[in-house]
Amino acid sequence: MQPIESFEVPAPSKVNYINAQYGLKSWLLTKDHKRIALLYLASITFFFFIGGIYALMIRLELLTPQGDFLQSTTYNKVFTQHGIIMVFFFLIPSIPATLGNFLIPMMIGAKDLAFPRINLLSWYVYLVGGLITIYALLAGGVDTGWTFYTPFSTTFSNSYVVATGLGIFINGFSSILTGLNFIVTIHTMRAPGMTWFRMPLFLWSHYATSLIMILGTPVIAITILLLAFERVAGVGIFDPELGGDPILFQHLFWFYSHPAVYIMVLPGMGVISELVANFSRKNIFGYSFVAFSSIAIAVFGFLVWGHHMFVTPQSVYAGMIFSFLSFAVAIPSAIKVFNWTATLYKSSISYDTPMLYALGFIGLFTIGGMTGLFLASLATDVHLSDTYFVVAHFHYIMVGGTLMAYMGGLHYWWPKITGRMYPEGWGRFSALVIFVGFNLTFLPQFIAGYLGMPRRYHAYPPEFQVFNVLSTAGASILGFGMLIPAIYFVWSMRYGRHAEPNPWHLPGLEWRTQSPPPTENFEVTPIVTWEAYEFAPPEETEVVGRFGPELERT
Amino acid sequence: MIESHATTQEVHGHRALQHHFENMEQQREAGTIGMWVFLVTEIMFFGGMFLAYALYRNMFPAAFASASNHLDITLGAVNTGVLILSSFTMAMAVYFTQVGKQRPQIIALVLTLILGLAFLGIKAVEYHEKYTDRLIPGHLIPGASFGPAVQEHDQPMDAHKLHLLPGATLKQVEMFYWIYFAMTGMHALHMIIGAGLLIFLIIWSMKGRFDPEYHGPVEVVGLYWHFVDIVWIFLFPLLYLLGRHFEH
Ligand SMILES: [Cu+2]
Repeated sequence: MQPIESFEVPAPSKVNYINAQYGLKSWLLTKDHKRIALLYLASITFFFFIGGIYALMIRLELLTPQGDFLQSTTYNKVFTQHGIIMVFFFLIPSIPATLGNFLIPMMIGAKDLAFPRINLLSWYVYLVGGLITIYALLAGGVDTGWTFYTPFSTTFSNSYVVATGLGIFINGFSSILTGLNFIVTIHTMRAPGMTWFRMPLFLWSHYATSLIMILGTPVIAITILLLAFERVAGVGIFDPELGGDPILFQHLFWFYSHPAVYIMVLPGMGVISELVANFSRKNIFGYSFVAFSSIAIAVFGFLVWGHHMFVTPQSVYAGMIFSFLSFAVAIPSAIKVFNWTATLYKSSISYDTPMLYALGFIGLFTIGGMTGLFLASLATDVHLSDTYFVVAHFHYIMVGGTLMAYMGGLHYWWPKITGRMYPEGWGRFSALVIFVGFNLTFLPQFIAGYLGMPRRYHAYPPEFQVFNVLSTAGASILGFGMLIPAIYFVWSMRYGRHAEPNPWHLPGLEWRTQSPPPTENFEVTPIVTWEAYEFAPPEETEVVGRFGPELERT
Repeated sequence: MIESHATTQEVHGHRALQHHFENMEQQREAGTIGMWVFLVTEIMFFGGMFLAYALYRNMFPAAFASASNHLDITLGAVNTGVLILSSFTMAMAVYFTQVGKQRPQIIALVLTLILGLAFLGIKAVEYHEKYTDRLIPGHLIPGASFGPAVQEHDQPMDAHKLHLLPGATLKQVEMFYWIYFAMTGMHALHMIIGAGLLIFLIIWSMKGRFDPEYHGPVEVVGLYWHFVDIVWIFLFPLLYLLGRHFEH
């Protein structure tokens, strides 16, 4: 038997990664992955707030059919900036850069990521990209839509396309560096005994995400670079008037931006796998299927970008293949949903806040995914293209999926990150408010879109008003729901109940060290002798108490 | 358990070992895999431009052949040789570091640097030729926008004039030069970064930082250098050779 004493959770020591050093400099120059995760957490929250203000402005304008709050030019900028901020500066870094950064070394029993300095660099790169983008927004904004379609973006738009593009270009490198770091870490830094198939599924999904980050992001980088040069120097790679092909831009753009959807949702799926298994206290159903479905999504996700271009002069045969492959890529996602529900079957579920978010994710992601199939069919897509149906679909994936998973994960690991418990009652209440608010916002948009309401207009025919009023009401509830955790998270950092090392009584490595963890995560390099979700039978857990089965049994 | 502790202590002494790695072996492996992953991103980065090249070459074959004919094949070929030679000296530098021979290692690194700079110098001469022939696309250079002189059939041949094949237009030739400058410019930028890395390596190896147990940085920069060479190995035939008509 392995020497178990190495897993004994030390009595709450005074020194942890938060109070090991003090002062602004110790944070800005830190190489500790846990501190960098917190730097990311603060900055993406800031960008989420900005993106949220734009969302609020959009919903306010759409309350009435006429353009009374915003006029068309301002409205174009507002929805563009909402998209750019939320996609590039919140959703893409959200789970990987915060939870992933914090947890990947802890879950594999390492002291840090493989390249701590590159990790810190990635945060600065993110910050520089973000500041340049904010400069562009303040200087006059950008109105091309987050997709930057040519030739509008190269020739006709008078807004700050180059500055915004530069911000996104630079930000892309932070994503590449993060992905690179994760891949190398998972390959080389696993503790003894931590085999690939003993890894928590969170790690598999982050590995798949990192693959997309390193393969896709360089393509969007060169695309934006070419676009910027075209605008500055007046040479035409994409501009038909100068001999270029605007459809080439769309191919290159979606070659990254479809897989980018999986950069956003795969880490979320990883969080949900953790939550579902751990809060139903049961080994995940079909571990290897869930693990490999992440890889399958990463691979097949690169072969479906043409479904964004069914209404362009793309060849019909290409369209048919893209349509078929888009249906095919739904299979690995469906495997995950089935396996999560199969895990829940006959398990002992506890409805703590993280689990409420997880259950919300499964429902909303299913709706988002199924409506995606309408858009992947050639004929129905012609009817639904550029309508609110599309807007509702991808918000179900990005908000209903990623944001739900992010919130669930944040609650779940909050005790580990801060050493404090969040207030459980408020947590459950706000999870429900967010769920209701979200559905009220986006369900009506499916109907409005199906009936023909186009996206990206500040005014619309009066018969669509009822859907928009519902949607704006829902958005207010959603916004209110998001404020509650923002308040109690900050509150709990000072006044929350002290967290035990393992408040949820789970076997994972991250729970076998103190909360918050020491700077080097573990006192001794752990040796792993158990499978990912190895729970003792419920009676035994009752008897042995808090620290998970292995610890007490031996 | 006991054995692993022993090995850990054994190598813990190495001054180059970073705190979060267990041993030198793990540290070197992380560095090497990291560079390979980075090179994959580089392939995708250049891939976007190769796609644009393939598309427009297919759309405008005559213009691409005309523009290709106008490139200086001698300088291009010499540069290809220079780069292949520099890859050889780089490989030697890695070898000498691995076996711990400091002097030959420094010489090989310096040679690599010189060859790299020679490549950049020759490239600069080529760029200047394009500038005097007014082949810089768009209005990238203020006051010298794209506008090469075109060779007329009834006039004596002039190497500085562009010979347009039937079916080619100046706009399409400009597209070729746009892709040419984007690709070779991006390649040159990588060469400049590589030269910077080599300078660091030379300083470090003069300080005697590397030994048979610690040679990761030289190996990793070597990988990078070879990759940049391989990109050129693709660029040279695609830009200079394909569609060239030797009878001119
Ligand atoms: Cu897509």
